[in-house]
Amino acid sequence: MAGKRKPRLAVWKFASCDGCQLTILDCEDELLSIAAEIEIANFPEVSSAIMKGPYDISIVEGSITTPDEAERIHRVRRSSRFLVAVGACASSGGLQALRNFKDVNEFISFVYATPAYIEALNKSTPVRDHIRVDFELQGCPPNKYQLMEVLSACINGRKPAVAQHALCLDCKRKGIVCVMVANGTSCMGPVTQTGCGVICPSYRRGCYSCFGPMETPNTDSLASWFGRLGMPSEDIVREFRTMYGWSEAFRRESEAREKETKA
Amino acid sequence: MKTVRLKVDYLTRVEGEGALHVRIREGMVQEVQLRIFEPPRFFESFLRGRRFSEVPDLTARICGICPIAYQMSAVHALENAFGMRITGPLRALRRLVYCGEWIESHALSVYMLHAPDFLGYSGAIEMAGTHTDAVKRGLRLKKAGNEILALLGGREIHPINVRVGGFYKIPSRRDLAQLGENLKWAREAALETVRWVAAFAFPEAERDYEFVALSHPDEYPMNEGKLVSNKGLDIDVALYESHVAEEHIEYTTALHSVLRERGEYFVGPLARYNLNFDRLSPLAREAAEAAGIRPPCRNPFKSITVRAVEILNACDEAIRIIDNYEQPDSPVVEVPVREGAGIACTEAPRGILYHRYGTDSQGNILDARIIPPTSQNQKSIEEDLRQFIPARVQLGKEKLTAFCEHAIRNYDPCISCSTHCIVLND
Repeated sequence: MAGKRKPRLAVWKFASCDGCQLTILDCEDELLSIAAEIEIANFPEVSSAIMKGPYDISIVEGSITTPDEAERIHRVRRSSRFLVAVGACASSGGLQALRNFKDVNEFISFVYATPAYIEALNKSTPVRDHIRVDFELQGCPPNKYQLMEVLSACINGRKPAVAQHALCLDCKRKGIVCVMVANGTSCMGPVTQTGCGVICPSYRRGCYSCFGPMETPNTDSLASWFGRLGMPSEDIVREFRTMYGWSEAFRRESEAREKETKA
Repeated sequence: MKTVRLKVDYLTRVEGEGALHVRIREGMVQEVQLRIFEPPRFFESFLRGRRFSEVPDLTARICGICPIAYQMSAVHALENAFGMRITGPLRALRRLVYCGEWIESHALSVYMLHAPDFLGYSGAIEMAGTHTDAVKRGLRLKKAGNEILALLGGREIHPINVRVGGFYKIPSRRDLAQLGENLKWAREAALETVRWVAAFAFPEAERDYEFVALSHPDEYPMNEGKLVSNKGLDIDVALYESHVAEEHIEYTTALHSVLRERGEYFVGPLARYNLNFDRLSPLAREAAEAAGIRPPCRNPFKSITVRAVEILNACDEAIRIIDNYEQPDSPVVEVPVREGAGIACTEAPRGILYHRYGTDSQGNILDARIIPPTSQNQKSIEEDLRQFIPARVQLGKEKLTAFCEHAIRNYDPCISCSTHCIVLND
């Protein structure tokens, strides 16, 4: 690699919990090797040395929730060659997108005594609603090995190899007893993208879809199964309204089931 | 009439988004504003109408660095609402998982966020060139904490195993024994950490703080205790809101907390340490004394040493819990759901984290209130700068700005957490 400039990385935070960027720091065994291959050019949580753009890779964490953020994300796009949206907030609006189903002003006045000081958009939206995104990595939090795979793919100019099938399939492969069949526990595994390592069923609880919808999920069928387990419609709505509640597939399902509760 | 303005538009090596504005005139500090511009995420609002069982998973998402703290305050507050108390091995396991988070979060703060200030680097990666062993030790120590979280919580960030009433799945003695070996290494590394940071050069800076922390008669505080201070506060946590008021300030999205009677106060490792020194493990106490920080320690820059002592104490405590662990028959105690109101305060790595919930008879959340440690420390951070700057005006703008950032990092501020605390018009 002599004479060749290291690719430059920038990490950007929007409305989020910081967990996605912490995932990079949680690569304790690999962090120094990553830093040897990639120039950490703009990662405020890690270093006060901020280099000016443009950047080869930008990792974006968080959703767009304020007028300022809606403007800032365009500046990030302009200074980035590859832009990767990481996590539930950046790829679907995150938990804070639960406001999208309600009136935001009601939310603000409930939380703050002087709502006039707070500037917030009506909706919390994913990055792709505002700019072109080169890749989205799902997961709340993302899987650190998938994140390293994405970085490696960006550096080497190839497509990241991230599995898009259902968690349910990996659960079967691991030979875990199905919590829904055996215990009647609701589980989002059949519609959720794999990647977490099948944690919840391994700990004998149902998946709550922190990795979001898989490609073309059959949410209607799963919701009907929940109904057969005896879950009332309000509970089914809640199952689909967590960190990926604003993703298209889950939103459609929860809105359909919500109509039932009002019917 | 010379006016100097210090401006940091985006604070680095802290968690979340904040800025600093300081105005100095004729050597006098006219104005200090810690401006938190992290957008609010309205957790307290959307928690309304959710099931109690979802609350630990949802509130974890307030903070990626201290999700266990949110889960612990949430489950204890809800158990309080339902009139139940977790005891025995399940209580010990909760303490163990909290030890993991303290180790992980403190190692991050000490090695990656704060030490570079003392050693003159812009970050840990830049520091790794010269201080290779130290940075590697820090990363491995952080990993040792994360391994506790991964085993007991299912994963490091946003663990999935904590629930109201206990856990979804509990480890066997043998599972825990695997952690034990590595924790013995971690304990040595923590001791080394205390010695390493104690040798740093500390700015001369002391203030007569009101330190506020939990206090428990038999143990270093984590999940249980009264709320006490060095200036006479001694209350049940249920009375928190009658003693603490929150103020909404225009320049920050995080509400400021004040003690109604005396104003600003200080939460976090330094407060815990000063108020609970005699309940540290003998090894941690000895290391602290050797490091020259016998309480009362009023120099906030020495928080880094206290954090190192707390890592050591957490390793010691984790080893003790693992040694004494007897696997209970069930991972969870039955939850007597009822209409109620519950309050809990636990010690997050950065200080007390207050949760209050109201529930209906089905266990649905009627209202929620969450007050994170960093929002409580905002006033103290600003006051530190106001008091410490005048003696250093001659440093010049650049060095003075760096000093201010260093002073802010004493609190290991967690800004993402701080912005969605709630206040109702009362």
